[in-house]
Amino acid sequence: MQASPEIGQWLANCAALWLSAHMAHTPRTLYDKIWDAHVVERRDDGTCLIYIDRHLVHEVTSPQAFESLRAAGRKVRRPDLTLAVPDHNLPTTARRDAAGQRIPIADPESAQQLAALERNAPEFGIRLIGDADVEQGIVHVVGPEQGFSLPGATIVCGDSHTACHGGLGALAFGIGTSEVEHVLATQTLLLKQSKNMEVRVEGELGAGVTAKDVVLHICGVLGASGGTGYVIEYTGSAIRSLSLEGRLTVSNMAIEHGARAGLIAPDETTFAYLKGRPFAPKGEEWDKAVAWWRSLATDPGAKYDKVVVIDAADIVPSVTWGTSPEDVVPITGVVPAPESFTDPSKQQAAQKSLDYMGLTPGQRLEEVEVQNVFIGSCTNSRIEDLRAAAAVIKGRKKADNVRWAIVVPGSGLVKRQAEEEGLDRIFIEAGIEWREPGCSACLAMNPDKVPAGERCASTSNRNFVGRQGPGARTHLVSPAMAAAAAVTGKLTDVRKLTSA
Amino acid sequence: MEPVKEVAGRAIPFGRKNVDTDVIIPAHWLKTITRDGLGRGAFEALRQDPDNLFDSPEFKGSPILIAGDNFGCGSSREHAAWALLDLGITAVIAPSFSDIFSGNAFKNGILTVVLPQAAIDRLMEVAQTDPVTIDLESQTVTTPFQDRFSFEIDPFRKHCLLNGLDEVGLTLARGDAISDYENKSAGETPWLAKGVAA
Ligand code: SF4
Repeated sequence: MQASPEIGQWLANCAALWLSAHMAHTPRTLYDKIWDAHVVERRDDGTCLIYIDRHLVHEVTSPQAFESLRAAGRKVRRPDLTLAVPDHNLPTTARRDAAGQRIPIADPESAQQLAALERNAPEFGIRLIGDADVEQGIVHVVGPEQGFSLPGATIVCGDSHTACHGGLGALAFGIGTSEVEHVLATQTLLLKQSKNMEVRVEGELGAGVTAKDVVLHICGVLGASGGTGYVIEYTGSAIRSLSLEGRLTVSNMAIEHGARAGLIAPDETTFAYLKGRPFAPKGEEWDKAVAWWRSLATDPGAKYDKVVVIDAADIVPSVTWGTSPEDVVPITGVVPAPESFTDPSKQQAAQKSLDYMGLTPGQRLEEVEVQNVFIGSCTNSRIEDLRAAAAVIKGRKKADNVRWAIVVPGSGLVKRQAEEEGLDRIFIEAGIEWREPGCSACLAMNPDKVPAGERCASTSNRNFVGRQGPGARTHLVSPAMAAAAAVTGKLTDVRKLTSA
Repeated sequence: MEPVKEVAGRAIPFGRKNVDTDVIIPAHWLKTITRDGLGRGAFEALRQDPDNLFDSPEFKGSPILIAGDNFGCGSSREHAAWALLDLGITAVIAPSFSDIFSGNAFKNGILTVVLPQAAIDRLMEVAQTDPVTIDLESQTVTTPFQDRFSFEIDPFRKHCLLNGLDEVGLTLARGDAISDYENKSAGETPWLAKGVAA
């Protein structure tokens, strides 16, 4: 693309500003550039006051933050950079009756959290996407979908999977309630810069291998804490080849290998996705934005503190067997023996996981029966995820031993789109429930729970003990694999169902 | 935030190691919308025991908690700090704390005092019958029996606690720098500076 002379001049100005800030022409990573562009003040000990461009607020981690503001008589500095969306404990059943009246939420505490958000947002001048709005959904689905989340922006939310927005090339990370309050009041955070890690996935992904399998594989390679202290940039031809939605899936789970955030450099795929979104820049501003986004790419010769290279050919449809996202095996594999780990503490952890999961070493994953299937969460609830699941399910029926299978779209807009494409019919005809958008069984704060002792093939991001309900046993998989499990009643290599 | 200069009074001789945040405040209390009232859920499982320390006439409402290694490990929930405060605890003495917990404690004006195990053992003994005094200015823990233990604390945190400065307040004082940044950003990346109206 040819930049117009005006934009060229503007870019040159920006470049000059950066250079003056960075005297030497040190090549910088994508992360370094976003960081540098957001430093309000740098302290002697290296701590920086970092400006936050976008703040997503949901009903669970915000009430006490608003309460403190109110108690101290403080305002929200930039309500216009803040967007409130309830998602975590909304029921995924109908929210309005035939007459358009709200159906009361059964759990009084959930109802109270929702009511608090509905009170706080207008009181502090924040835009609220309400529980019955078609734009409502999981914050991490709504942000990109609305063009609220943008490349090169700093984005925070009181939820650990905020790294999701890194798929757009935004520096996005989860924060706690005190930090939510800090951002509301000051639009900044006091932070120390993390180290740079590159995770490069080179080569072509095989048939049936999705973005989720890529990130599960990375979780297996890095371990649950391999990214601690780093911000990870995912690079390489396999990452570049992913759709924007797939990139969100990968970046979403950066926290599952301990990283503060994940990043994927914005490119044509990103721009095509964002163009025309409600809050995305328009007209001349769009051209300027695109030019700036391009300039964020890691400079040739920039140094990462750590580089991990993965061959895409090594990645197959994957599934977790344990209670940490690092417990990943190929679907063609077997449950590992605790003795197979060298680290004694991992051996112990593996034994505990196996006991909790009710699995025995050597058992083939493909023989493991599931009673529940959950297709949803901010990892995998966008339209492509639902299409992938529907493609497997089409013309098939839910297996009899699968007691409960639900599809929870990531937002009302995803839901509407899926319905326009007839995907809802495919699920419903197969005996799978079609729900309202929200977090749902990802963390089971609402009534969607997996019963104790039962298994769930789940497209979410955490297989922690009790995450999907007390005693629930979670196997993390891609949407296509979850769909395969729904129709066979077992963890299944989806390639067996889809190969002609 | 209230300035913290001295915390003095009876200290609960709890002593337990690896107290995780789930012990301090179980997960089912996380659905609250206010910081207040979490004291009822604090140490809920332990307080099922009618003879527990927290509800004993002698220690109920004590401002100091003495614990073992690695206090506050586990999930990052800030509710743990809120629950302690609501129970009346404004200082915890232990050989070590989880980083996240001590950060959350600090943000809420709870003093975390790190002392070696030998000192903890002695304080546990004194606490059975007598009060303990933590003086932040001099960074010492003393007892009526001439015991005197010094502790380290990050100078920035000490300054904030002594003066009742909370992080939000400190950053608000940098408002001009933030405005300067906003003006610069409005020129360079106007699409980021531009928000969504309510
Ligand atoms: S879907 Fe799960 S991970 Fe995502 S925001 Fe909701 S609770 Fe968090």
